[in-house]
Amino acid sequence: MKLRHFGLATTLATTLALASPAQAVTELQWWHAMTGGNNDVVNRLAEEFNASQSDYKVVPSYKGTYPDTMNAGIAAFRAGNAPHIMQVFEVGTATMMSATGAVKPVYQLMKDAGEPFDPKAYLPTITGYYSTSKGDMLSFPFNSSSMVMWINKDELKKAGIAEIPKTWPDVFAAAKKLRAAGHESCGFSNAWASWAHIEQFSAWHNVAIGTKANGLDGFDTELKFNSPLHVKHLQNLVDLQKDKTYDYSGRDSKNEARFGSGECAIFLTSSGYYGTAKGTAKFDFTSAPMPYYPDVAGAPQNSIIGGASLWVMGGKKPEEYKGVAKFFAFLSDTNRQAKLHQESGYLPITKAAYEKSIKDGFYEKNPTLQTPLKELTNKEPTQNSRGLRFGNMVQMRDLWAEEIEAALAGQKTAQAALDSAVARGNAILRAFEKTAK
Amino acid sequence: MEKSAVFNSKLLPYALLVPQLVITFVFFYWPASQALWQSFLREDAFGLSSEFIGFENYEALFAQPEYYKAMLTTVVFSTLVAVLSLAIALLFATQADKNLKAAQVYKTFMIWPYAVAPAVAGVLWIFMFQPSLGTLAQPLRFMGFDWNPLLNGNHAMALVVMAAVWKQISYNFLFFLAGLQSIPKSVIEAGAIDGAGPMRRFWTIVFPLLSPTTFFLLVVNVVYVFFDTFGIIDAVTGGGPAGNTTTLVYKVYADGRLGGDLGGSAAQSVVLMIIVVALTAVQFRYVERKVQY
Repeated sequence: MKLRHFGLATTLATTLALASPAQAVTELQWWHAMTGGNNDVVNRLAEEFNASQSDYKVVPSYKGTYPDTMNAGIAAFRAGNAPHIMQVFEVGTATMMSATGAVKPVYQLMKDAGEPFDPKAYLPTITGYYSTSKGDMLSFPFNSSSMVMWINKDELKKAGIAEIPKTWPDVFAAAKKLRAAGHESCGFSNAWASWAHIEQFSAWHNVAIGTKANGLDGFDTELKFNSPLHVKHLQNLVDLQKDKTYDYSGRDSKNEARFGSGECAIFLTSSGYYGTAKGTAKFDFTSAPMPYYPDVAGAPQNSIIGGASLWVMGGKKPEEYKGVAKFFAFLSDTNRQAKLHQESGYLPITKAAYEKSIKDGFYEKNPTLQTPLKELTNKEPTQNSRGLRFGNMVQMRDLWAEEIEAALAGQKTAQAALDSAVARGNAILRAFEKTAK
Repeated sequence: MEKSAVFNSKLLPYALLVPQLVITFVFFYWPASQALWQSFLREDAFGLSSEFIGFENYEALFAQPEYYKAMLTTVVFSTLVAVLSLAIALLFATQADKNLKAAQVYKTFMIWPYAVAPAVAGVLWIFMFQPSLGTLAQPLRFMGFDWNPLLNGNHAMALVVMAAVWKQISYNFLFFLAGLQSIPKSVIEAGAIDGAGPMRRFWTIVFPLLSPTTFFLLVVNVVYVFFDTFGIIDAVTGGGPAGNTTTLVYKVYADGRLGGDLGGSAAQSVVLMIIVVALTAVQFRYVERKVQY
């Protein structure tokens, strides 16, 4: 009898449990490319959002490197199975925005969902990169960074350099002193060759990378970075490469460790390098704004961003879009943005979050994290410094780097290398223009 | 007296062939025909618009000086990799074929690298030869050799060749060893009795008898360098510096997968396919004649 009662009770309990009204939770897939500490940030954001309400569930999944994630998303779209949110690196922007129908612009999404959304609340140098020329936001900035100059203060002191160099001539002079003081294999260097010496360099000196506001105003843009200033800069690097006062460190960030190991005491790379520097560098380091040529009128202008943004894929149900809009509103919250920025080192995307971090006194303790923000907000952005948008940018960056390498290896003159980079780049742009009609 | 069994059905042989044919069709002919078709299209990455443009992708391809440079790079790269990996593997195999102590351990270790994924193999070599931090690059630099694969194309080429060869030696070793073990000892002993030294025995007896294996490996290795090495190149040099290690297959990968230029990339793979088919045909037509089965 006892046993039978027990059985009855369990059956009842199970039935009750199953019968309790299942909450209709809408799942939102979020594909991303974040690893390590940044992956934790993504997961934590999703958890917090899921806990904050009960209608939607954001499910983050790691899909490999940036190109892997983008290709996975594109393949999934072609198979009719795209995620709701996809993280795309900045150079994929042109490809994404030309895919009308495959993506849902963020401004449209927020309007349809009736979520409060004020484009002016965001930092213009960050959102400008992901907006149309009219200022309509197409994708939601997620992790943004800019390029800064990392300085090994201990080594500079040893070499007798009293002040952190501000201009390119200062950097060259400092690098020579560093070389004389024992840094024979590297006076100064940089990661991301094309990003540093073409993209950031142009914006920072307010010269055009291409026409049509660097492509932001249309795909019929033409490259322009073979100007005398660009040639002069590359020629300087070529001359300095000969005795390794400048030493090339490749197209990507693989060799950033040359700074952390102490080999290169001056190193230009992403502000996002902060976390790694903090973990690996056994010396006193800081970041400073990128150098400029003092004889260029108006320099320094403002820097541009790198990193990635969140794109919303097309062809989903209205209630799913509502959830995505809610999630973006959740991400824009001032306290959350400020916290995210202060914990991860990503740039804040709203003005309010930046101001809050200033008010919190955060930068007094962490001046390195303010350098990229100072660069981005240095001046009101111009046509040359709002951002850039060129088709097939991944391929483009590689071929620009190829030409820089050819000049540095002495196979071509600086002028010939940049002319060829422009000509080959233009050919890619014309091909892209045809597909992006 | 008819002893063998007779199958009267005309369909039976075809039925027996079907599984093989289906696999060949689904996994080889169908994708190949897709690539061929795509090479005549201009398509955006998302496949939203697609337009038939005839031979425009091919014209654009053959107008690029970089494409010819990639061809030349491929010739240098594939010759070096095929010759070195075959020669070194043959040397190792002949040594392992001797009566060694712990020959089994030696053989097992030789086969290990084959289990390493190309990208991982590439990363291993980077750790050793990254110019300023690499464990082997540092002594090189210390000795005054300006090792710099980031800017020196020859150094970069040497690096990818080493990685690709290292990866392929195990496979070649395995086949050479099996080939050597199948050569009857009596033939070699007869040579020895006739007074031929070890070198002469190798070149006049062992090497010719090994020729079917060598030929098979030659074909396989050429296919390997043409198609299977982009993972190594991607991890080690990314095709650089200045395109000096961009081989044809890496260019297909870079333009298509990284660049999103599907039509152009498809055109390149069609050209690559034709080259490899032609090369294999040449090998069977001319090299195979020298093979003694």
